[in-house]
Amino acid sequence: MSVDVISSDLLNVALLVFMGITAVAVARLRNLFAVVMLSGIYSLLGATLYVVLDAVDVAFTEAAVGAGISTVLMLGTLALTTSREKATPTARARTAMALSVAIGAVLIYATLDMPLFGDPSAPINHHVVPRYLDESLEETGVPNVVTAVLASYRGYDTLGETFVIFTAACGVLVLIGRPRRRKTDGTGASKA
Amino acid sequence: MMYAAAAAGTAVCMLLVLARSIAGPNIFNRILAVNSFGTLAVMLIAIYGFLTGRPEFLDLSLVYALINFIGTIAVTKFVTFVGMGEGVERDDMGDI
Repeated sequence: MSVDVISSDLLNVALLVFMGITAVAVARLRNLFAVVMLSGIYSLLGATLYVVLDAVDVAFTEAAVGAGISTVLMLGTLALTTSREKATPTARARTAMALSVAIGAVLIYATLDMPLFGDPSAPINHHVVPRYLDESLEETGVPNVVTAVLASYRGYDTLGETFVIFTAACGVLVLIGRPRRRKTDGTGASKA
Repeated sequence: MMYAAAAAGTAVCMLLVLARSIAGPNIFNRILAVNSFGTLAVMLIAIYGFLTGRPEFLDLSLVYALINFIGTIAVTKFVTFVGMGEGVERDDMGDI
């Protein structure tokens, strides 16, 4: 058993290292098609890491949206724009780097106050979870607890999220969903 | 123990595929690298399920395999019809 625990810890470390390598490569590469492909790989790594951390539903969303849909949307954007990135001036890159490091340090400092991962006495395991687990079937009639929370206890919240996603999808379709390429054939006539 | 060895082997393969997708000189290396990486992620999830005694992760890896397949088809179709900056002959079909 201890071999399994150690190896799953090593797996965590390996996945995080791979994610770090991918992120650095995304920042360094100038070929944007390669960057889109690498961000797909990054999403797959993130989804695998979520599975290892037992957040299976989040992993599903990450795999479907991150590796599937957003890759295709990014490729659509590349087809409308250019697939080479202009080099940023070094001074600006340094400022951005310092800002990122500072914000990251603040976020890591904020995690120091959080309860330990999987701590049974953490507030999230005490506040409403026992009530959801015990009474959601009687109160809502939905056998799956996650579905009961999402669709019944937080029904209005989920409705609002659906509106947001619908609006975002409409915006993306308006931007890149229509045929925009025009073929100029010398006479200036354009073809939709 | 065997599952741990299999997971380690899959991780090494992931590293190799990652190197190819970063270094890969052209589009096709990278598409193939992403596809192989998805397959390796599917394998890793399946192996991890057996490693931790929860073989129901196999269902999860099956769904990942489906997503990977559809994603690769979408990317290849896109590259075929849109041309990625190169000349496009069949631009009427570009919005499939």
